Amino acid sequence: MSQRIEVHHVTRVEGHGDIIVEIADGKLKECRFEVVETPRFFEAMLRGRHYLEASHITSRICGICATGHATASLRATEAALGVELSEQTQLLRKLTFHGEILDSHILHVYMLVAPDFFGVGSVIPLATTHREVVLRALRMKKLSGDLCAAVTGRHTHPIAMTVGGFTHFPTHGELKALRQRLVECRQDVDATVELAASLPWPQFERDTEYISLTKPDEYAFIDGDFKSSDGGVYPKERYKEITNEYLVPTSTAKWTRHKRESYMVGALARFNNNYDQLHPRAKDAAAKLGMRPKVTNPFLNTGAQVVEIVHCVEDSIAIIDQLLERGVKPEKPTPVQLRDCEGVGVCEVPRGALIHHYWIGEDGKLTGANCIIPTNQNIANLEADMRQRVPQILDKPVEDIRLDMEMLVRAYDPCISCSVHVLKVEER
Amino acid sequence: MTTNGKPKIAFFDFTCCEGCQLTVVDSLQTHPELLEVVEIVQFREAMSEKGEDYLVAFIEGSCTRESDEARLKQIRAQAGVVVALGACAHLAGVNALKALHPLDEVRRYVYGDKADWYETYDARPIDAVIPVDFAIPGCPIDREEFIACVKALLLGKKPPIPDYPVCVECKLKENVCLFTREKVCLGPVTRAGCGAICPSYGQSCEACRGFISDPNDTSMRELLAKHGMTPDDITSIYTMFTTYQVRQKLQAQQAGK
Repeated sequence: MSQRIEVHHVTRVEGHGDIIVEIADGKLKECRFEVVETPRFFEAMLRGRHYLEASHITSRICGICATGHATASLRATEAALGVELSEQTQLLRKLTFHGEILDSHILHVYMLVAPDFFGVGSVIPLATTHREVVLRALRMKKLSGDLCAAVTGRHTHPIAMTVGGFTHFPTHGELKALRQRLVECRQDVDATVELAASLPWPQFERDTEYISLTKPDEYAFIDGDFKSSDGGVYPKERYKEITNEYLVPTSTAKWTRHKRESYMVGALARFNNNYDQLHPRAKDAAAKLGMRPKVTNPFLNTGAQVVEIVHCVEDSIAIIDQLLERGVKPEKPTPVQLRDCEGVGVCEVPRGALIHHYWIGEDGKLTGANCIIPTNQNIANLEADMRQRVPQILDKPVEDIRLDMEMLVRAYDPCISCSVHVLKVEER
Repeated sequence: MTTNGKPKIAFFDFTCCEGCQLTVVDSLQTHPELLEVVEIVQFREAMSEKGEDYLVAFIEGSCTRESDEARLKQIRAQAGVVVALGACAHLAGVNALKALHPLDEVRRYVYGDKADWYETYDARPIDAVIPVDFAIPGCPIDREEFIACVKALLLGKKPPIPDYPVCVECKLKENVCLFTREKVCLGPVTRAGCGAICPSYGQSCEACRGFISDPNDTSMRELLAKHGMTPDDITSIYTMFTTYQVRQKLQAQQAGK
């Protein structure tokens, strides 16, 4: 007897992807995750645009990680033009970046993943049955968005960030009010950890290569070197040695592989590689979730996101304290000297390592661009998980297998509209 | 209408970043009562259910391939009201930047010798494929404006989208004009409704909400030139979100000659 499970346009993920599982005579014949999102061609469209426009254009790659794309874009341009950032700019960039990580993780944990555990199709029925949980999620999400808005005007798509600095600055009053709300939010954060610790996470282990950025002095989100859990640290400029992109006919997104057939990026990879640099309260949260590196259950990527929620709330409070102590002053963006140049910018966006690589001409216009998105890097790994997972649950009813596969896809928090403007770069 | 008297609404996404749908989700933070007055039957990004019976369809994203046209026509046939949600659906937005390069060259730049695997054509707004009843502009949409539009729809009224320029809102906010701060701005020709958010945060308006119905383009271009912009720079700022409109206008002018 053969069975075919097809999930057309997986719901509660960002963008369009299909799951296809074929089972024949009780054996797994085929399983695929197809990216069917329309191709978007951002790299090609960036050519000929002024370098100051690049972060505005690329933030439009993704509504969820708009700040991440804008930051990677600015870092690429700044690397190319040799722009140094002031301490204030670095602090403000980190603060708004934390706001986005929080916003995205809270959205994923509460609105995209949690409904599966409550046996409902969306967060909407939970607003009646688990009102407190939903109100908590909305409260936390609003705080994250307000954090971004105070620094850059809005989360999707940030306004005040520009090459070399900012065009607007939060007031001390705004920062103090946000600090107060972040402190009060600890209660909600603790409740989030408790909720995550109480959920019956599927039991599934598959070791893989975990790749993330790493920095000597902090849990890396902006800048850093690439680190592999299989060993090795690579400067950002050598990203192609990590990603090794290739195309497959079933996907408008490019795939990647490094030392093994696939690797994983995202919160779990960061957790596994940079655990020591987490805030102590985040480590406590990890202990409550029973997580200690190396965690090899991909479903616990969501658990690692919960740990990062704790870290980002605590670190945001610390950053605001620093800003308040040193004072926030209007600063003009660092001036640039135009020349023929290229540069690489890297960030750990909610879903993992993001790379922007630009070539800029002496007229200030981009002549080439390359962007590598976390979701692309995860697809091969997701399929490898599916291939190992399906045979373990073959005795279950088809509906259970289907739900399990959807939950596995969601655990990766794929951002598919991001993943399809993959590039081919003309090396000059 | 449903048996509970709430209108059924559905959300669809084509080529876009889904930031406008996220803004809809975010609007629930301040307006949770929205869920008490409408019934959402389809919203792939946020829910698993997929109802095909709806009165109002909100469409996010541009149409960028022929194979998506059938789905759009199906939505039009079902929905009593079709709303283009955000700049990609309303204007084709940044997706239309692709049109500034030869299409085949763009495909090969990204996908190399595998370009033929991936279907695409020039990005277009939704109303280039099916009739659209109205658009909620912006990249992304403005949360409060979205709520105001839903309220108007529930009352059977025309949504309150302004037809005056961003400058009006900037003046009401008592912002210092960017033209006096060594910057330029498309505020004088761009449709308001965003609260002049970009100039308020020190950045030029880039016309993500499209142009007002009778913009003084000649004067706008003169002003930009006076502030040091080359014809090339002017084309650049005019094409950020509105490549499709600028090209349509050029084609119309050429046809009229």
